[in-house]
Amino acid sequence: MALAAASNPRLDPPDRAGPAQPLLIARDLKKHFPVKGARGKAVQAVDGVSFTVRKGETLGIVGESGCGKSTLARLLLHLVSPDAGELVFDGDAVGVAGGIALNALRRQVQIVFQDSYSSLNPRMPVRDSVAFGPFIQGRKKAEARDIARAILGKVGLDANLFGPRYPHELSGGQKQRVNIARALATDPRMVILDEPVSALDKSVEAQVLNLLRALKRQLNLTYVFISHDLNVVRYISDRVLVMYLGRVVELGPVDAIFEQPLHPYTRALLASHPSMDPARRIEEPPISGDPPNPIDPPSGCRFRTRCPCAEPVCESTVPVLGEWLDMQSHVAACHMQDPKSGHSKAGEA
Amino acid sequence: MDGSVELPLVEVSDLSVKFVSREVTVHAVNNVSFSARRGEVLCILGESGSGKSVTLRSLMRLLPRQARVDGDVRVNGKDVLAMGARELRDLRGGLVAMIFQEPMTALDPVYTVGQQIGEMVRRHTGCDRKAARARGLELLDLVGVPSAQRRLDAYPHELSGGLRQRAMIAMALSCNPQLLLADEPTTALDATVQVQVLILLRRLQRELGMGMIFVTHDLGVAAEIADTIAVMYAGRIVEIGPVAQVLSDPLHPYTAGLLASTVHGQQKDHDIDAIPGSPPDMRRLSQGCSFAPRCPRQSVRCHATVPQPRFIAPDRMAACLNLSVGTE
Repeated sequence: MALAAASNPRLDPPDRAGPAQPLLIARDLKKHFPVKGARGKAVQAVDGVSFTVRKGETLGIVGESGCGKSTLARLLLHLVSPDAGELVFDGDAVGVAGGIALNALRRQVQIVFQDSYSSLNPRMPVRDSVAFGPFIQGRKKAEARDIARAILGKVGLDANLFGPRYPHELSGGQKQRVNIARALATDPRMVILDEPVSALDKSVEAQVLNLLRALKRQLNLTYVFISHDLNVVRYISDRVLVMYLGRVVELGPVDAIFEQPLHPYTRALLASHPSMDPARRIEEPPISGDPPNPIDPPSGCRFRTRCPCAEPVCESTVPVLGEWLDMQSHVAACHMQDPKSGHSKAGEA
Repeated sequence: MDGSVELPLVEVSDLSVKFVSREVTVHAVNNVSFSARRGEVLCILGESGSGKSVTLRSLMRLLPRQARVDGDVRVNGKDVLAMGARELRDLRGGLVAMIFQEPMTALDPVYTVGQQIGEMVRRHTGCDRKAARARGLELLDLVGVPSAQRRLDAYPHELSGGLRQRAMIAMALSCNPQLLLADEPTTALDATVQVQVLILLRRLQRELGMGMIFVTHDLGVAAEIADTIAVMYAGRIVEIGPVAQVLSDPLHPYTAGLLASTVHGQQKDHDIDAIPGSPPDMRRLSQGCSFAPRCPRQSVRCHATVPQPRFIAPDRMAACLNLSVGTE
């Protein structure tokens, strides 16, 4: 396996079912974290999330803090194991006997975290951090070092100049470039980007976004891009998934989500976004209050406590995400989208 | 109020702040001058390390001991840098109040919200506990905290992020300050909560007629709240102007670069116009313009001298040697 990878990394593993087969399928993923000192209570970080990621696309995931987007990122890599649900990577089930080994999964799926400093080993020169992945995956030391040199060059860092440095000797943008290099060193097919530019200054953020786009083209990557910045998500994503309190509320192509949002939460989120035009200031808050505590989420639709259209049916019944047919499907988990739900505005919007 | 209308509420001239330790000197703020009127919202916009928070804190002298402050800072005509300890205590929370980015660390976790607001009210007005509590209740109502009576007896950890920030705003307003300083008060909040707090601050500022200086790194937030924007880079103000003009027609190449590199509606298949390079090391600032190494308009002169502020209108300043303006 390792030898084959060395000879021709792009053909390993073979793209088995062609472009039609989704690269990743998540079905009903669930992760609850028990709360200390409160018996039976749990933070419902991810609660029944299903979606697919197509080969070569960028799927944006948006939501406010505490909505479970970072837990979801960790579930996709099996950095935390799900309580329920299944994950299929290019036809192979993850985390079950007979499925893809975790070692192999993590060679093909990598992650870049938000905090560029704490995700690098402070006692290792960055070239060693980058070489560590390939080494662990079975490459020889010298080989791993060559890979690290090449990949540092790809992310715009001179390997001779920056390779021997320690993380504290680099700026935020340079550290994030090292993290991207570290993720790419195992030659992954999919990279999960968990708020990769949120901690960077605006002038550096643009550089890193351009780099990510260029790398995706060069290396045929698939991205899952998690962010709370709607402008960035709109710019970089092909499709967008909106989360609220551990559940998917809306999923669709990026332009459909931004131009014709279906879910009241998505609408509020978009309306809350500053316009950068002082002549068009937001006069009234689109919704009031904070997101509720994920330990005790509201029954039924979790958004109902802040929703302007909430009705009794929203309290009693959990809305399901509409029927998902193909990659162009635009669906929302809202009773108003389902003509048979009993909501008075059902089928109107 | 009486005849002193023309006197600016805040006047800062030639402010410099250095942090001196045995090994290095960090030039955090360098020869900064600006003023703000009553009822005006001045936004100081800058990236991390640009000196915006240090500038804000020097208006209240909330700086650590190793800070060397030079220049002149006047609030309501009073020389803040010459104040003694007692005068300063009257100033802080009285004439000038401040709200911080992270309410969880700015509030004391072992006292209830009511106790913390009450302490401040009693210190500045000398009233009794009962009156202070009544004032606390009134303030929580003012900032839109639902079921204020119950929230008055809550500890900070029992409140959500948005409510905590509202409680801190209530505390800042408790003694009717004339100047409100806000240090990225919405950065830690979620988008749907951020806009609520921004609208609240704008309403309170207008209703109470306060001056406000608002520090942020977010162009969108500045566009929502500012009357005037001052852009800082490497410890210097590089541009000042009315918000609409600065955002639509930036004079300084840094402001222009910042606008172009901020993602907002760019075409998906085009790269963003990023500013190359990264901000300078504040321990070793160059002789000339700090932005010159990253600047598309740089010339030889830029590396030799620090550009002086140029006013192209009474309220419009840019510090650049190569202003491309036909605006005479």
